[in-house]
Amino acid sequence: MTEAATPLPRARALVTIARERSGQGLIFVVLLGLFLLFSVMRPSQFPTAFNLRSLGLSASVIALLAVGQTFVIIGGGIDLSVGSVLVFSGVVAAKAINGLGAATSLGAIVLVGTVVGLGAGASWGAVNGFLAVRGGIPDFIVTLGTFGMAYGLAAVITGGSDITTPLKLTTKLGNGNAFGVPWLLLIALVAAIVMQVVLTATRFGRYTYAVGSNREAGRRVGVKVDRQRISLYMISGGLAGLGGFLALALYNNTTIGAHGNDNLVVIAAVVIGGTSLFGGTGSVLGTIAGVLVPVVLQNGFVIVGVPTFWQPVAIGAVLIAAVYIDGRRRTAAR
Amino acid sequence: METVAAVDTVIEAVDIYKSFGRVDVLRGVSLSVRRREIVGLVGDNGAGKSTLLKILSGVESCDSGEIRVGGQPVNIRTPDDAHAHGVETVYQDLALAPHLDVAANLFLGRETPRSGVLGKLGFIDKKAMQIACEEDLHLLGLRVRKNLATARVESLSGGQQQAVAVARAITWGRRLLILDEPTAALGVRETKQVLDTVRRVRDERDLSVLIVTHDLPSALRICDRVVVLRLGRDAADFDARAVSIDQLVGTITGVYGGAGERDAGLREDEL
Repeated sequence: MTEAATPLPRARALVTIARERSGQGLIFVVLLGLFLLFSVMRPSQFPTAFNLRSLGLSASVIALLAVGQTFVIIGGGIDLSVGSVLVFSGVVAAKAINGLGAATSLGAIVLVGTVVGLGAGASWGAVNGFLAVRGGIPDFIVTLGTFGMAYGLAAVITGGSDITTPLKLTTKLGNGNAFGVPWLLLIALVAAIVMQVVLTATRFGRYTYAVGSNREAGRRVGVKVDRQRISLYMISGGLAGLGGFLALALYNNTTIGAHGNDNLVVIAAVVIGGTSLFGGTGSVLGTIAGVLVPVVLQNGFVIVGVPTFWQPVAIGAVLIAAVYIDGRRRTAAR
Repeated sequence: METVAAVDTVIEAVDIYKSFGRVDVLRGVSLSVRRREIVGLVGDNGAGKSTLLKILSGVESCDSGEIRVGGQPVNIRTPDDAHAHGVETVYQDLALAPHLDVAANLFLGRETPRSGVLGKLGFIDKKAMQIACEEDLHLLGLRVRKNLATARVESLSGGQQQAVAVARAITWGRRLLILDEPTAALGVRETKQVLDTVRRVRDERDLSVLIVTHDLPSALRICDRVVVLRLGRDAADFDARAVSIDQLVGTITGVYGGAGERDAGLREDEL
């Protein structure tokens, strides 16, 4: 990217990245198509500020998890623990916040919640990474194990019932706006943009692709493969932890029972977004589209009056189609 | 084997031992490569060729023995160490990341940072690497197609991929190129191309080359010297112009010792 680059070639370059790097141009077309379809069918209900706001809110927490998962999957791994890590981090953050006392300012609450949530999540990520990379246990199993452990421990800490968090956290942050945009959406967007830049423009990003593409090759050219892979699980855990704190802000309590399927939703989003389950290729940009497609479908079905039971049917079909297309692309590349 | 003036010796492995569990793979092997020399390393399967190669490349470390670069003992424990001493390896499997483009592979592990603060933050200068990559490939005569630098490695043919791996080693190599079975997966024409390139860079860039190979005719054609590994030791050291393929085969299989036999006392019963 040179200083002289004008917006148009830069936009074109982004599209090229999207198409070449992941074969995911299609998903943007699908997303745009759905958006236009529902807008045309219900012009007074679908494309309204109110509805878009609710769309953005429901996508933002999942988007954070999906961004982290994208890094893990590009690096050739998988993280099934994210939903439980979110719950655990949320519980720990709620405990910390509620321990602050009623007079604590919102700023202090947000600071403590963010640090505790991120820290708790990243710690689970470190456990996942260490066991999978140094312990040589398949990450599918490791993260399935910590999926159960994080959820169980969260329930142990709270005695099984949800903890309520201060109301001002929800009114100001969870449902609050900054510059007319919901805070949560803004945070998810910033995280996605930062992580996309990390992926495409930094050494860390390049090594993420490299360890997913050919681990042994990375090792032989001197890439610190183990350290890189462990950091990927920590990113996934850390973003799940941040998601845990933001979910507190959104729902006003720890919603312990509500995240059992998050891992599947998130992995589906990443794969729908064009990231290959076999590693080495993918992008955050695609993942965001992969998060939005199910959300738009769900929302659109409600507004149009299609029974929402059709949403998982449609998503399942999209998911299978995405993997089919990835397989075709991989075969073509050989 | 004649003694070699240290100043002329680029790299030496002296009395290297290496076991994996209870299997003694290397049992006191020694090897030296002189400046601008092309040395062939041949031997049967299990003779220890790949293990010696991995030790010189820093992929494995030896149990005992010494590696000297320019006469000085050095520690080569990681690929980074080997790179720092100017040793580059083209692995048989090429060690390329198929999803990354050619420039990314050429610079993998040694990315050019952006200037200033961005560079400190880990940002890399893709444009500079692409340009440098095109130049390198051009200089090497390996620019097999236009815009090669931005082509994904998985989209290239086997021969083209090998050219990329060779280019990477030549670009970074300062002292020694190690080629592991460079002709195993190639057609006749591609094999000749690789070997011609190796000869040319040896002269142009003042490099030494160590070629591990099964391909005895190619070894004799291109090498100055051929070292035979047998049962974890250097069994013989031949002038490539003065040895026949029959002689090589005989030494490799242990049927008879050739003229260059280092150690006629390499006895089966001692193993």
